[in-house]
Amino acid sequence: MDFSFSDSAEAFRAEVKEFIAEHLTSDVLLGTRDGTLHNDEFHRKMADRGWLDGAVPAELGGAGRDPLEMLVLIEELQLAGAPVDGMGVAVIVAAIILELGNDHLKETVVPRIISGESLCSFGYTEPDCGSDVAAATTSAVRDGEQWLINGQKMWTTMAHIADYVLLLTRTNTEVAKHKGLTFFVVPLDTPGIEIQPVQTMGTERSNATFYDDVRLGDEWRIGAVDGGWAVMKAALKFERGIAGGQFPSATLIDAALNSARTIARPDGSLAIDDPVIRERLMRASIDVEVARCFAYKTAFLASEGVMFGVEGSMTKLFVSEAYKRHSHWFIDMLGAEGLLNHDGANAPEDGLIEEHFRHAPVTTIYGGTSEINRNLVAEAHLGLPRTRN
Amino acid sequence: MYLRYTEDEVVVDEMFDSFFSSVCSIEQVRSSATLGFDPDAWRRLIETGAPSMSVPIELGGGGANLATLAIAATHLGRTIAAVPLIEHVVALRLLASVAPESPLLDSLLAGDRIASLALRPGLDEQLVPAGAIAEVIVGFVGESIVVSQAEPPLAALPNLADLPIARRSLAESSAIGGTQDHYHRALAEWQALMAVALAGLGRAALRLGVDYVTEREQFGVPIGSFQAIQHGLADVATAVEGADMLAQRAVWALDSDQGDALSLASMAMLFAGETAQRTSAAALQYHGGYGFAEEYDIQLFYRRAKGWPLQFGSSSSEYQRLADLVLGEQVA
Repeated sequence: MDFSFSDSAEAFRAEVKEFIAEHLTSDVLLGTRDGTLHNDEFHRKMADRGWLDGAVPAELGGAGRDPLEMLVLIEELQLAGAPVDGMGVAVIVAAIILELGNDHLKETVVPRIISGESLCSFGYTEPDCGSDVAAATTSAVRDGEQWLINGQKMWTTMAHIADYVLLLTRTNTEVAKHKGLTFFVVPLDTPGIEIQPVQTMGTERSNATFYDDVRLGDEWRIGAVDGGWAVMKAALKFERGIAGGQFPSATLIDAALNSARTIARPDGSLAIDDPVIRERLMRASIDVEVARCFAYKTAFLASEGVMFGVEGSMTKLFVSEAYKRHSHWFIDMLGAEGLLNHDGANAPEDGLIEEHFRHAPVTTIYGGTSEINRNLVAEAHLGLPRTRN
Repeated sequence: MYLRYTEDEVVVDEMFDSFFSSVCSIEQVRSSATLGFDPDAWRRLIETGAPSMSVPIELGGGGANLATLAIAATHLGRTIAAVPLIEHVVALRLLASVAPESPLLDSLLAGDRIASLALRPGLDEQLVPAGAIAEVIVGFVGESIVVSQAEPPLAALPNLADLPIARRSLAESSAIGGTQDHYHRALAEWQALMAVALAGLGRAALRLGVDYVTEREQFGVPIGSFQAIQHGLADVATAVEGADMLAQRAVWALDSDQGDALSLASMAMLFAGETAQRTSAAALQYHGGYGFAEEYDIQLFYRRAKGWPLQFGSSSSEYQRLADLVLGEQVA
């Protein structure tokens, strides 16, 4: 086995690091604290470099950078704590359209996404269906040449700053639930759509979106009528391949290490000299190295043209559970000072560790809960019987 | 980046898979429990060339890298084979790198004598892995690598994991030069190969658990259909994959002299050790009462998962040593 990167990947890493040093300013980093998860200027600059296009496979008409180079990009961005959610969703939607979409979508939507001009959001989850995503009830009904859409979606994060939502609808109630689904790429300025904020414990703002007699031409449909499950599978495939976030703990550990070295505790000692803290720092570092192995493995498989499945579930499960654990350890390390958030003065690390503590719980929930991922590992990897319909 | 076996490695993998599964069956392991050593399996392993293959060709070895040896270590772990391959190879490589003129080399390469590594520097007497069967013990005392040659006791101190451990003395040993760096490198090789073996052990324990819960029925259904059990196994299955990759990465880092090779080896052993212990504990638990019975194999894996890495010392001490390596020495 060879865990080294090619010279061109290392050269690309240097380019990414230079880009980060220049453009990931404290304004960009702190800008996401208003809850948007996104910085448009930073996003467009990445698009200008061709990095969004690079994430879209060449056989689908994208620039198709080597998945190992895309890994380098994602790794460096995450290690630096850059806002990457907008990029992640954008390239997934672009890739799905290029794989399964019609010419209209390919010609109008994809160029706008790839250029960084338009953002997207995911519209799968509903108030009454989360993990059981195929139970979606938001309806799309034929009305002449058009579709009439009614329903509600939850956790349409970034919808308030996005131009499109990838919308999962029900087009058939007479068949098994996953055989009656259809996807649309819906322009969010279409009349009848209302976006309401959902504030979260983690500061990030999400949305509930409401669809009231939304009229849409058939050119906005993606995939076959009642063929939505195939689109869903493609979306999950790209999601696990591109997004996922393998290094949420990186900036947390950096901050913890810095605090441990610099902030005297009430008895005058530094946490860095405390064997318990040293062990926890090492445990967290080991978890990050394991995460790195998972990330390398999935990128390697992608570079060989192997579409991985259960490796994505394992990565997500391991990384998010570890991150939650780390957030407990390091807020605890700060003692009472750990309570302070960035709105007040003199919070340790400007409240970054406290912020991580509030953010971490969502990571074992969104994009496939830990429980769903354990089901998938048990079924697909261990061959144990399926327990749900 | 190439994260699978090469064509050549696939051949080696098939060879060792077939060797360990036939020669080191679980019945063989059980019947070797008292000494923790299976002389017949060892003799046949020597015939495969494994104990000498990762010594430089000019010294009479096979010139293979650690990664090739790690393939054997994986299968040694899966079968919890009672052969001192890791100790012998690491001690032999250390001896070969520090004292290529040593008269002991030929007999160690030929497998006529067994070598092992004393894992704690500076101690005149200590529990040595394979100490019950190794004639040559390589260690670090004072400022030098030392070698002690003595008739092995051929009796293990009775222990948790049926390991061939014994207290051995380095008091009468001879200094052969070399530096602390050589010794630390050897310790890291032992850790990385042990990590690979522990990942293999974890994989085998997981398989025992999955097989059992698939067959065992309670309440009219296989207990493997219960999510409580599925989720427990999914967690450890994920950790086993991670442990295996981190162990392979540590081996690669040692082979290619990466700057973080020593810390990766320590990390790999810590993570693989805990993973093997968690995995065998989960699989044992899902066996119910039978898991506790001697007759079932899972208890062998449970005991070995704790015993193998514990030979190196406590994991809490190792976390501190790793922290010193990564963060710099503690001040207080």
